[in-house]
Amino acid sequence: MGARSLVLIAALAVGLVSFCFTGHPEAAWPLAQIDDYLLNILILAGINVILAVSLNIVNGHTGQFSLGHAGFMAVGAYGSAALTQLNGKACLASLSFLGSAAPLGLFVLSLLVGGLLAALAGLAVGLPSLRLKGDYLAIVTLGFGEIIRVMIQNTESLGGARGLAGIPNHTTLGWTWLVSLISIYCVGSLVNSTYGRGFLAVRDDEIAAEAMGINTTRYKVTAFVVGAFFAGLAGGLYAHFIGYVTPEGFSFLKSVDVVVMVILGGMGSTAGVTVAAIGLTFLNEALREAEQYRMVAFALLLIILMITRPQGLLGGLGGLARWLPGKGGKS
Amino acid sequence: MLELLNVTAGYGSITALHGVSLRVEKGTIVTLVGANGAGKSTTLRAISGLLPVREGKVLFEGKELTNKRPHQIVACGLAHVPEGRMIFSNLTVLENLQMGAYLRRDRAGIASDQEFVLETFPRLRERTWQQAGTLSGGEQQMLAIGRALMGRPRCLMLDEPSLGIAPLLVKTIFEKIVQVNRELGLTVLLVEQNAHLALEVSQFGYVLETGRILLSDRSEHLKTNPAVQAAYLGA
Repeated sequence: MGARSLVLIAALAVGLVSFCFTGHPEAAWPLAQIDDYLLNILILAGINVILAVSLNIVNGHTGQFSLGHAGFMAVGAYGSAALTQLNGKACLASLSFLGSAAPLGLFVLSLLVGGLLAALAGLAVGLPSLRLKGDYLAIVTLGFGEIIRVMIQNTESLGGARGLAGIPNHTTLGWTWLVSLISIYCVGSLVNSTYGRGFLAVRDDEIAAEAMGINTTRYKVTAFVVGAFFAGLAGGLYAHFIGYVTPEGFSFLKSVDVVVMVILGGMGSTAGVTVAAIGLTFLNEALREAEQYRMVAFALLLIILMITRPQGLLGGLGGLARWLPGKGGKS
Repeated sequence: MLELLNVTAGYGSITALHGVSLRVEKGTIVTLVGANGAGKSTTLRAISGLLPVREGKVLFEGKELTNKRPHQIVACGLAHVPEGRMIFSNLTVLENLQMGAYLRRDRAGIASDQEFVLETFPRLRERTWQQAGTLSGGEQQMLAIGRALMGRPRCLMLDEPSLGIAPLLVKTIFEKIVQVNRELGLTVLLVEQNAHLALEVSQFGYVLETGRILLSDRSEHLKTNPAVQAAYLGA
């Protein structure tokens, strides 16, 4: 699974998605025939891919341990919902120049606003807390995620503990996977750039990275902000998919879900993390019959993986060396 | 070229350096010798900004570097090869070298320096695509030195380059250090437990003991100094 095949798959998928935008879903698009249940799972899988790939910048590539991803997702979800649901009428009015495309325009705008708010939250939490390392950073990010949740829970204008209902259902399969592919592409090209090698350097050895002239604090904050931005997008998509958001939906457990995807897929492997996010979403549905015992299955899966492939599903396979042209034969 | 004036530094409530002053002249190899815990590594860490300087000054080419951030100090032309090598084990050898040129933008210069490094350390050329974590200790040390050279520093600080390396490779590495010093006119500040070897290749030496400079002299004089011989050379 090299970068090129990944890019190829991505390009194909983008073509498919754009086709679904232009074509009439009922008529030409074969996927439109799939039933609603499968459609919903595919959308959830796409959202999970965004979450996992964005957390992978922080936990995988940069080697920091964040447990607060659900917090950023919440900021994005509530931020975008605030635009389309709470202030929907006023916002639509100001976008009336778009004509019949106004609701869609507002949706895209709200996604971006949600993402930017989440990025801002990432900056706010990143600047002070990234001086910490390892377990301490995990605890701080965990605390931050909970702070966001509790703050929303106690903000009456955002619906408080009751949650926010009646968010317009704008999220479609096309939108979800378009954003997923954009996030995969952005993260992939960021990490594989000369600039991005700095993330890997920070992960491999922070002191050596400093000694190379890398501003490690800036790299860590950048990773946090970029990760939070995409988590915010995922949150916005989620809100406009479910149509109803509650603070409980963004609890610590949601963060753990994403961390599990990253670990399962292989820290630092975009392809692996994507596969794990899709796989776990489907596994979650397949095990629906088992109800509570699902958690046991996930735990067992993780234990088996740790024993058999500690580097994760595709971790190590996508090593940078393999992605470069002209790898001089055997090493 | 590099000058320390009464530098005090430490870890938490422990003071590891009690007013260290030293000078490194341009184009020379200067060594710091001393027992475990004398403050040799701490001195380098204080110079390169990895450890805050509590009192005193660090001057490099007339500019004050005291308590600048590590990445700013590297940008001034002062490279540090930390103890224990600290290469990027998940990157390839070539990528490690390229990370060394992280602050540079002159492609042609980087390419020619990369050629120089691979020329100097042929072992690295054989392994350019290998993951750096799979190199032997000596090769990792060569890589760490090569990587530091890629930043085209004017002064190189080496921390224990012989640590945990096969004796045969230690000899090679020290020959390379002398070679780089001669060919590039690179100033070297060398910290080394193997005082015998360090005094052999250097022109000037400082003897550190519990965070203080005990002695400073030309290396050939230190070698014959009875006190140094008794304490560090095992004579």
